[in-house]
Amino acid sequence: MSDPTQTASRRLHIVTGKGGTGKTTVAAALALALASGGRKVLLCEVEGRQGIASVFDVAPLPYDERLIAVGPESGEVFALAIDAEAALLDYLDMFYHLGRAGKVLDRFGVTDFATTIAPGLRDVLLTGKIYEATRRKARVSGAQRQVYDAVVLDAPPTGRISRFLNVNTEVAGIAKVGPVRNQADSIMGLLKSPQSCVHLVSSLEEMPVQETLDGVHELRAIGLPVGAIIVNLVRDTELAPEDLAAAARGELDSAEIAAALKEAGVKADESVVSGLMTVGRQHAERVELEMHQHDVLEEAGLPIVELPYLSDGMDLGGLYELADRLCESGEF
Amino acid sequence: MPRRSRTQRAAKHQPGRGGQPRVGPLAAKLSDVPPLEVDALLDDLDVHIIVCCGSGGVGKTTASAALGLRAAELGRKVVVLTIDPARRLAQSLGLTQLDNTPRRVVGVDENAGGSLDAMMLDMKRTFDEVVQAHATPAKARQILENPFYQALSSSFAGTQEYMAMEKLGQLHAEALRRGRWDLIVVDTPPSRSALDFLDAPERLSSFLDGRLIRLLLAPARGPAKLISAGMSVVTNAVTKILGGQLLRDLQTFVAAIDTLFGGFRARADKTYGILKAPQTAFVVVASPDSDALREAAFFVERLAEEGMPLAGLLLNRVTPSAASGITAQAALAAAEHLDDDLVTSALLRLHAERLSRINRERGLRRRFAAAHPTVPTTTVPGLAKDVHDLQSLRMVGDLMAA
Repeated sequence: MSDPTQTASRRLHIVTGKGGTGKTTVAAALALALASGGRKVLLCEVEGRQGIASVFDVAPLPYDERLIAVGPESGEVFALAIDAEAALLDYLDMFYHLGRAGKVLDRFGVTDFATTIAPGLRDVLLTGKIYEATRRKARVSGAQRQVYDAVVLDAPPTGRISRFLNVNTEVAGIAKVGPVRNQADSIMGLLKSPQSCVHLVSSLEEMPVQETLDGVHELRAIGLPVGAIIVNLVRDTELAPEDLAAAARGELDSAEIAAALKEAGVKADESVVSGLMTVGRQHAERVELEMHQHDVLEEAGLPIVELPYLSDGMDLGGLYELADRLCESGEF
Repeated sequence: MPRRSRTQRAAKHQPGRGGQPRVGPLAAKLSDVPPLEVDALLDDLDVHIIVCCGSGGVGKTTASAALGLRAAELGRKVVVLTIDPARRLAQSLGLTQLDNTPRRVVGVDENAGGSLDAMMLDMKRTFDEVVQAHATPAKARQILENPFYQALSSSFAGTQEYMAMEKLGQLHAEALRRGRWDLIVVDTPPSRSALDFLDAPERLSSFLDGRLIRLLLAPARGPAKLISAGMSVVTNAVTKILGGQLLRDLQTFVAAIDTLFGGFRARADKTYGILKAPQTAFVVVASPDSDALREAAFFVERLAEEGMPLAGLLLNRVTPSAASGITAQAALAAAEHLDDDLVTSALLRLHAERLSRINRERGLRRRFAAAHPTVPTTTVPGLAKDVHDLQSLRMVGDLMAA
């Protein structure tokens, strides 16, 4: 369990994870969880995948903050798909009022250059927009207050996360002074502050677990606060430990199972019993492997929050179910 | 819509071998989907390159390693180019050092006359080698020391794809020249989208060839009076945003690397040509979930547009079949009834859950097959254990070919 005072000060939640572990789904569920209690949350994505739209089953998102879901007690989740080109024009307009020149830049391929080629610049633009949204204030009934109570970022995958967030170092090689450098420094200040934290989504398989531990190590090395490890797709088991062990060895009592099936009125021949034994053995092997990987994850010394594998597939209902689990964990 | 670069958006539709325009609506039956004959593909001596593509997390690297191993044991002289293998998989292939050179994998059955080499791509080193091979030593040093080059070669989001292509071109040339290999299996970088593999090289070379670069070069080449008004707006804006020092570094970099421009473009075009040739086969890897299959569909469509040869779809981690003879409903009803027999009721619920998962996956596959009815497909059941030694790679190979 994390220190509650530390948890409460967090406003920027960055969610990363290996491909296939359900990173976007978890980010969406976390945004819903944080919106409970009437809070206002912004959920962002930066990879142009339109993953948020697909999780919430809505049309592709524009570069615009849109209300996408409501949480308990009139909490609100807004969504934003950040695109580097639009963020660049935004940035130019905000700082330089470069309306017309912005267009000229596009004609000469400068926007292409800045958003796809210039090393690190793309990430400064993307994280810069997150920085702006996290700190944005508005006057509400006479008092200045934060527009969003929390911002959740569906970030690039674990393999690229430390490079993506370490914008400072990435631009240092090319811009030692100047506005880009200043912007990178301010972003880094927010990312390293107790207001931010990075959560890593993993499944209980060997490769994602290894990548998660490597990711934690890298993030710590550059001084970014790490929040929780969120273990997704966990298969619950109804079997008692001794039955699980027997199932893994294929030593469940088949006569007993056949008798139980008969009692339940199932016409069970040999193949049904052996089929059930096979399902049981594969399930038990998987569960044992997952328990082992869970122990490996403990090495990171971080809070671990488990989310269940939803066997009916992922839909909006499932998202609220995961959000509930995240709320109950008390880690966010 | 698939993401495409500007030039590719304008490309004509040219269905090639395995390139299928969308047809439909059709009531697709999974039994009508043609099988992907893995052994026939690996045995086909006219196939010299197999490219494994797919979105992140679908098991591309494992699939490439398993295909390479199986081909080697069928008698092919194989080299597998991996991009970012998990540590233990890399160890099982003997890839303990990242030295950008193919190494022989030990423990492979070479009785059929084949062999397996493997290498892990070092993108920075590959880029450095390209520079060294095509510039004078003095100029190469100038480029390698430029901070802009250093950032570009180690962190630009398209460099990995570009260098994977570059390395493929090199391996192909070596295979032709020395006959060391007769099959190259390529794993593609772990991009957010399978399409990045095709788009990123184009993006990088069009930048290196682009108008901006020409403009930035101008001051280094000609007298100031030739600089147009448009140019000064641009340089002023760039200076404002990026700072003068960056611009100067960039100009130095561009001036130094200018001699390589034609080379970059020509090489990217050449590798593109290799990918389009009939001796290449693309294998699209996906897992049975809607995101991965959507990416796979984008990729299949794109290959058809580009006239690139598709061998088929490899569907990984498919839920293994369940016992017949008891339906999900019957199993759940019986489980309700048996609340005092915990083991049997748990097994019944697991059985029901597996059936519903199988059902959902079949639905997704049917949807894919309805849009792409002629894409040959093979499925690999999910394994209870992780794959990280030659023995389990061999097993994956058996399952692919089954």
